[in-house]
Amino acid sequence: MKSDRIHKRLREILPPGALLTEREDVAPYETDGLTAFRRLPMAVAIPETEEQVRQILRACYEEGVPVVARGSGTGLSGGALPHESGVLLSLARFNRILHVDPLARIARVEPGVPNLAISEAVAPFGLYYAPDPSSQIACSIGGNVAENSGGVHCLKYGLTVHNILALRVLTIEGEVLEIGSEALDAPGYDFLALLTGSEGMLGVITQVTVKLLPKPERAQVIMAGFDDVKKAGAAVGAIIAAGIVPAGLEMMDKLAIHAAEDFVHAGYPLDVEAILLCELDGTEAEVEEEMEKVRGVLAAAGATRLRVAQDEAQRLRLWAGRKAAFPAVGRISPDYYCMDGTIPRKRLPEVLARIAALSREYGLAVANVFHAGDGNLHPLILYDANKPGELARAEAFGGRILEACVEAGGTITGEHGVGVEKIDQMCVQFRSKELLLFHAIKQAWDVRGLLNPGKAVPTLNRCAEFGAMHVHGGQLKFPDIPRF
Amino acid sequence: MENLREQFSEAIKQAAARRRPVRIRGFGSKDFYGGVPRGEVLDTTRYTGVVDYAPEELVITARAGTPLAEIEAVLAEKNQMLPFEPPHFGPRATLGGCIAAGLSGPRRPYAGAVRDFVLGVLLMDGRGDVLRFGGQVMKNVAGYDVSRLVTGALGTLGLILEISLKVLPRPAAEITLQMEMDATAALIAMNRWAGEPLPISATCYHDHVLTVRLSGAQAAVRAAQVRLGGQVLAAGEAFWRGIREHSANFFRDARPLWRISLPSTRSLDLPGKQLLEWGGALRWVFTDADTATVRAAAQAAGGHATLFRATRKQGPVFSPLPAPLLALHKRVKQAFDPHGIFNPGRMYDEF
Repeated sequence: MKSDRIHKRLREILPPGALLTEREDVAPYETDGLTAFRRLPMAVAIPETEEQVRQILRACYEEGVPVVARGSGTGLSGGALPHESGVLLSLARFNRILHVDPLARIARVEPGVPNLAISEAVAPFGLYYAPDPSSQIACSIGGNVAENSGGVHCLKYGLTVHNILALRVLTIEGEVLEIGSEALDAPGYDFLALLTGSEGMLGVITQVTVKLLPKPERAQVIMAGFDDVKKAGAAVGAIIAAGIVPAGLEMMDKLAIHAAEDFVHAGYPLDVEAILLCELDGTEAEVEEEMEKVRGVLAAAGATRLRVAQDEAQRLRLWAGRKAAFPAVGRISPDYYCMDGTIPRKRLPEVLARIAALSREYGLAVANVFHAGDGNLHPLILYDANKPGELARAEAFGGRILEACVEAGGTITGEHGVGVEKIDQMCVQFRSKELLLFHAIKQAWDVRGLLNPGKAVPTLNRCAEFGAMHVHGGQLKFPDIPRF
Repeated sequence: MENLREQFSEAIKQAAARRRPVRIRGFGSKDFYGGVPRGEVLDTTRYTGVVDYAPEELVITARAGTPLAEIEAVLAEKNQMLPFEPPHFGPRATLGGCIAAGLSGPRRPYAGAVRDFVLGVLLMDGRGDVLRFGGQVMKNVAGYDVSRLVTGALGTLGLILEISLKVLPRPAAEITLQMEMDATAALIAMNRWAGEPLPISATCYHDHVLTVRLSGAQAAVRAAQVRLGGQVLAAGEAFWRGIREHSANFFRDARPLWRISLPSTRSLDLPGKQLLEWGGALRWVFTDADTATVRAAAQAAGGHATLFRATRKQGPVFSPLPAPLLALHKRVKQAFDPHGIFNPGRMYDEF
């Protein structure tokens, strides 16, 4: 049997204990952060060295066995969901910070290092790593690269793709590639951009070189309450139009405010429809100057409440509510389904109205939390998995929200990735020609289609079944592309 | 414009059928850059116009043939800018050429490169099909990042029809300072300052003079000026334009001009004359040293060398790629352009 053969080969590569094959041993890996999807892998390999990774990939390539790479497993789109006849490649032991150069402001780290650990390690030099997904205490930098993760800082400091310089990558054939460099560019195509956000479909990362930024002298937050969500949305545009790019600009609707306030007592007003949290960072003088401007803009935009954090403790308390919004919603509902779509900011009022209408249609409540500065919405759909049919209803509702995002000129994922979760909605955002090119790119890197198969890019068959596109007479281009 | 698009598609299909190279070209301001262009010209200069501009969204979308100057003027009206400060190298440089060449100006190390601001593209592939990637929103991780992949690909992957870019507000205040020091001190200073919360937006070192631009809120610029010291250069804007467009005196030289990109803290040992930019990460070098010597020096410093301008180009213009990477380039190129018609040899002889 294929599984016996690959088990034997992997056992020769890995030391005892680094290969899990028993059901109870592989069970902890059956899901990532999207727990609605679970699948047991054929084996879990936990290598310690790059040479072991190379040999594992080579063996899988020769045996035709799929490989799914996994970091901390905090991904929210099922990108690290195992393949039932494949090897789950855990990079958890690649957790060393290899090199920090404070003068050059770079750090070279292994993919299993948690995002926040990088900032902690370089804090003594007054530096930090800017992208800050909410899960940053746990999520690994390798996973961040695979998903091009974002966070609150994105509007001003960019996504992962803007904050990395180089990758060391292994192809499925076990070939080592150095992508990018410690210089600001590298010759040839921008494979650094192509690999970032490619969801583990093109190669396995063994090292990441990140850019570090100086920690701002000061950060200050202002909270504004609005009696109308539309006004809050318009205020976001007004801040940007005033020439200010905040370090963070977040919005919460009434349900999210109430849940968060009950949970962490951040001091949010309860008699408003929405709040905005706007953080400015920079030098003392700069923050002071811009905070005055922002306060004026928010007042003119019709804020009914305004509060500037007077000290660091107040600032952190105001953020605590936002950062705890997801668990807070978890307290008021047995389950929730976190969506992730992006829209042009100006379309915010109509998209929120659409979400509200869908909420009535599906009979499920929604709490809205989002990165207002860059239009990245995170509607949390409240449901109860124990009630028959509710999960399916929540998923269908979520799909409709993403379609509404595309209709508004946005996208089905801003920072969580497509994974398995949004694979059907890919057929809404892209037409067959684009999907075919994605498949061709995949083939250029992974001719046998073994790296994380079935994720991120749907087959045309799937889109045809999903009903969003038409395949004439069943005739497909690239008939030899593996279809899962 | 629909008509033009059909013409492009027809030309590409015919070229593909005959396996004839197509040379994508705007006004040719960057004809000098990369390998020697060949093939029948596919002229983009009539494919123009700003398609959409939403200042409060910080996004502009325009067609490839639109002059860069026009885009910059449109943005300036709303007090916004292209943060990567692209060099034009000619009065009629187009947006398409800017994206295809992937060159960024003085603000690059502090704000980001062209590709960092590309949000989406409309692309015509080697079959004459129109494909859309990315979009007009800041955060978009659906599908592979083709928009950034085609940025800087010198037109070898397809004809860029339309581009959406993130833009930024222009800084409220700007000032340029100059101070005398030696090269080693300048390199250390630029790197130290970049690690402090200072509003630096450009740096240049040449002929014992370090020039630094500060941009940002009035108060931040003033505070940084006090911190850094030096003399205020009144003609700051003209100075940076001279560096960005290569019209400054330094760039008047008959020798081949090399662009060497390297880690910002390294020194570079080459005969000839050097100008440092990008906090030390970019060196412009006029030298008569042969290609092998220049490439070896760049590599020893952890970087790579491009023969940027030369009357005679001998050997590859860009640093050669290791074999496995070159093989991947060819396969990726094939995915976009199966008949190999787009700008062959413009980047590497092999594709």
